[in-house]
Amino acid sequence: MTARRSIEAADRVRAAGLVLPLAAWTAAFFLLPLAVMALTSLRPGGLAAYAAMWNSPEYLGAFLNSLEIAATVTLLSVALAYPLAWIVAEMVPARWQRLALALAVVPFWTSYVVRSYAWSLVLARQGVLNGWLEGLGLPALALSNSRAAVVIGFTHFFTMLLALTIYASLVRLPPNLKRAAADLGAGPVATFRHVVWPLALPGVATGAFLTFALCIGDYVTPQILGGGRDLALPQLIMLQLGRRGDIAAASALSLVLMAAVTIAYLCSARFMRGPR
Amino acid sequence: MTRYALAAGYMALIYGFIFLPVAVLVLFSFQDGRLPVPPLRGVTLRWHAAVLADGRLMGALAHSLAVAVLSSLAALTLGFLAARAFVTARLPGAALMRGAMVAPLSVSYLVIGLGLLASFNLMGTGLSLWTVGIGHTVINAPLCLVICAAALGPGEAQAERAARDLGASDLRIMWLVTAPMIAPALLAAFLLSVTFSWDEFIIAFLLSRFDTTLPVEIWSLLRGGLNPRTNAVGSLVFLVSALAFLAVELGMRRR
Repeated sequence: MTARRSIEAADRVRAAGLVLPLAAWTAAFFLLPLAVMALTSLRPGGLAAYAAMWNSPEYLGAFLNSLEIAATVTLLSVALAYPLAWIVAEMVPARWQRLALALAVVPFWTSYVVRSYAWSLVLARQGVLNGWLEGLGLPALALSNSRAAVVIGFTHFFTMLLALTIYASLVRLPPNLKRAAADLGAGPVATFRHVVWPLALPGVATGAFLTFALCIGDYVTPQILGGGRDLALPQLIMLQLGRRGDIAAASALSLVLMAAVTIAYLCSARFMRGPR
Repeated sequence: MTRYALAAGYMALIYGFIFLPVAVLVLFSFQDGRLPVPPLRGVTLRWHAAVLADGRLMGALAHSLAVAVLSSLAALTLGFLAARAFVTARLPGAALMRGAMVAPLSVSYLVIGLGLLASFNLMGTGLSLWTVGIGHTVINAPLCLVICAAALGPGEAQAERAARDLGASDLRIMWLVTAPMIAPALLAAFLLSVTFSWDEFIIAFLLSRFDTTLPVEIWSLLRGGLNPRTNAVGSLVFLVSALAFLAVELGMRRR
């Protein structure tokens, strides 16, 4: 017994040595900066920013814009990606599934910044989309530099991402379960409601939360496609930093952003766990 | 039959939506004119040539590669070591420590970048490609930790113990036993990290000063509005990534 205990003790000492580098790194370059940011946000500029979250229409408006955009994008992306993932998992022959997924993420290969730019090409006043509409004799759409353009750009990106995560949770379902449900007399709708959906929900919820979190914290897409009116929260943060050089206000607003994501996580966490 | 027709129709629509911006981007990078919008006035390679001859862009590309490779190596080393620790022994406070280590995955890059910026300001550290690399290591280390920890199991722990009984030193065990056993996971973690660093904008934007990475350089091109040169940069990045993807895919298939 003592020999065993001493081996365990030696293991523990060794493990402590292995874990130390990342622990020190995380403390120095992640936890400490968050603490610095929290302290910085207590300087006058930061306190003013916290107060403005309550009483300035500009700040509150940016926060609400961000919430609205992120929520819309999450719902739209799940709605578009779920059927795609389902069709690939259920109706595409197994040996083509990999190719179908690889094709679905082709646009990931351009850089993130360029992808938003590419949408501004499509949606521009003289762009491809309006060219087609004109060809069909329809009126042109003023989509460039608008909320709609931001939602389209985000939805494009996250539909690809969600198709992958939802597909991954759908193919893991044992086919026997569906056969068993059919044997017990369940129709397709009942099978979906009582068998497939509850089992796929953790994957969908995880993907949806990721979408929401990435979307609400992104500066690039609203800045390129949104056109400077109706700012989103990250745009407001960058504005404090860039034009006014007010790092205290930027820190305060970043903490508000973090709080929003944390609340979203707490709300969706129970859906991410599988049914027992 | 209608089921299949509906499914095929949906697939066609959604793939059209997914491909549309990339197709337009690439197509109008050949535009023989000043605006990358219809009509296509003719085909030219002049914008691609202009990009390849642009010293700033090519410099930024080299910076991006250097930052991506070095920060990913750092992230992989930190993540791999910590993953081994969590698998081989029960450390006090392990759950809390692991939670803190993977926490950066759920924090917005903007917040991570701002926190580092505030800290570097406070310490009087100048901004450079090194500070960008630190930022990218912060976002990629948790990823490497998670991937390595998932690949390490009881089999690896036993093989390590056997090697130790045979008198191998810790470093040799790590290099000759553990790393080869989970080589595919190490490669996957490294490539994912490189991809994320390569494509990352906001941290690089906040934490660099004179030398910048490619996404930041492209960002400054965007200020000029729609321009076939930007299309050409985007198309070239697309081409390089596609070739890299094919190379990795073919390399994996040969095994």
